[in-house]
This record gives sequence, structure tokens and C-alpha cells, in this order.
Amino acid sequence: MEISARGLWTLIHGMGFGALYLLACSGALVELFRVTAPSASSALTRGQEQFLKTYLVVMAVLAWSAVLTGAYVIYPWYRAAPSEGMTDLSGFSQRLLLSNPRTAGWHSIGMEWKEHIAWFAPISITMVACVFIRYGRELRDHRPLRTAVLSFAAASFIAAGVAGLFGAMINKYAPVEGGGRIQLSAGAER
Amino acid sequence: MSAASGDSAVKTPSLTNGPGAAAILSAGIGALALAVLAIVGDKFAAAKSLLVFYKPTGVLSGVTTVAIVIWLVAWGVLEIRWRRRTVALGLVSGLALGMLVLSILLTFPPIADLF
Repeated sequence: MEISARGLWTLIHGMGFGALYLLACSGALVELFRVTAPSASSALTRGQEQFLKTYLVVMAVLAWSAVLTGAYVIYPWYRAAPSEGMTDLSGFSQRLLLSNPRTAGWHSIGMEWKEHIAWFAPISITMVACVFIRYGRELRDHRPLRTAVLSFAAASFIAAGVAGLFGAMINKYAPVEGGGRIQLSAGAER
Repeated sequence: MSAASGDSAVKTPSLTNGPGAAAILSAGIGALALAVLAIVGDKFAAAKSLLVFYKPTGVLSGVTTVAIVIWLVAWGVLEIRWRRRTVALGLVSGLALGMLVLSILLTFPPIADLF
């Protein structure tokens, strides 16, 4: 069982940072809504508040890690141009997608949207984390602020979801491959 | 049931809403800056070459870097101005959310291609 170096980076970007962020985001939305609800029956303890603050900071780190590895590690491989006259486009994802009208949309709509909308996730969640660190349990007393924070957290989830969906589909039709081979296990002889 | 109990009970916050409003509005400004820069970088050749900060990543490197700088500068300026103030948060958050929604729409290629 082996994987290419670029495939491993794609895995780290998509599954390690992106998917984990999406999972964390759904939890954060529920928890932020619950603990800042004006009708919440019990007050947030200091320990619970500290936990949620740490959780949001980790989410911000995940979101920034996802966009930075995406833009500066994987995207250059994705958009690399083949040499003149080269016909095998398997190592050139963008050109491979554009070479077929049935897959061109995955680049012209999918990647073109993903590469920009993804950045709304770290910007939004960084803001959410900073506001919660500052206001903590008092957020429930600032209702418009609470509404805005929850809305930005939801927008962050949607942005990451769009980016993740297109990332997964693009990787299905034109995976970023190449670099050295990394053997994960020797496998059993048949 | 008394008027101060149940869902209608709102305590007086000890923190002003200014810093929160600054964070929210600047996030909206940063998002909109990114969307506008993405369109500018795509449509104008001069801007395109100016926004290539890291060649392997192309225009995206400049678009996102400049947008992040605009976001952080806006946040810093608004934070200094609103640190101890109570602002019209309904208006500010409505504006910020409007900018965020507009940004999401403007980055959608079929809409961005209209410009």
C-alpha cells in the first residue's frame, strides 16, 4: 500500500485540516448556540468557557492550515503547466479537467469558487474565536453580537463545505499526483 | 411570571459592544476585499501581474494576502476607535453580514464573470 507525496499532502489538506474543520464547525455551531442562548438554564462554568475558547482557537488553526496548505502547497501542483507537446496530462490536474468539456466545469466553476470562498472560513472563525475569547459567557447579554457571531460561524461552515465538496470532486476527476512514492505497508503476498 | 424572568430577561452587559462590532465589521470588510480583488485580479492585466506575490500560486497569492492585510488593518483601526464605545450593533452587524453574503456571491464564477 503506497501513496504519492502529493497525494499525501492532498490528504493532509483535505482530510486532516478541511474535514476535521467541518466536523469541528458543526460542533461549535451547536455549542455556541447553546451556551449563549438567553434562555440557557444554567450558567457556563469557567472550565466549560475555557474549553470552548480553546476549541475555537484550534478551529481557527485548522482553518488557516487548510487554506495555507491548499494555496501554497497543493494549488501550485494543481495549476502546473505541462511542457510543449506533452499529451499525458495525468500529472497536470487543471489542464486535464479543461481538456474535456465534461470535466471543464470542475475547474471553471469548482476550483475558481473554491480557491476564493475557502478563505472566508478562517477569516470568519478567527473573528468568532476572538469575540468569544473577549466576551465569553457575556455574549448572551449582547443579542445582536451573538446573532452576528452565530451567522459568521454558519457562513464559515458553508464556505468550508463548498470548498470541501469541490475539493473532493476535483480530486476524484483529476487527482493531484506525483512526487516520491511513500510506502505505507508492504502488503501480504497472495 | 415576573417581567424579569424567562426568555425576556436581559442582563446589563459589563463590556461595551464596540470591540465585538469592530471584529464583525472588519471580517465583513476583509471578505468583501477578497471578492473584489479576485474580480479585479481576473479582469485587469495590470492588476493581475501586480497581484502575483508567489509565482507558483499566481494571482491568488496577492489577492488573499492583500485582503488579509485590509481585514487586519480595518480591525485594528476600528478596535482603537470603538474599544470603549457602544455602537449601533444592529446596523453594524447587518452591514457586515451583507458584505459577507455579497462576497460569497461575488466569488461565485458565473456572477464574477458578469463584470
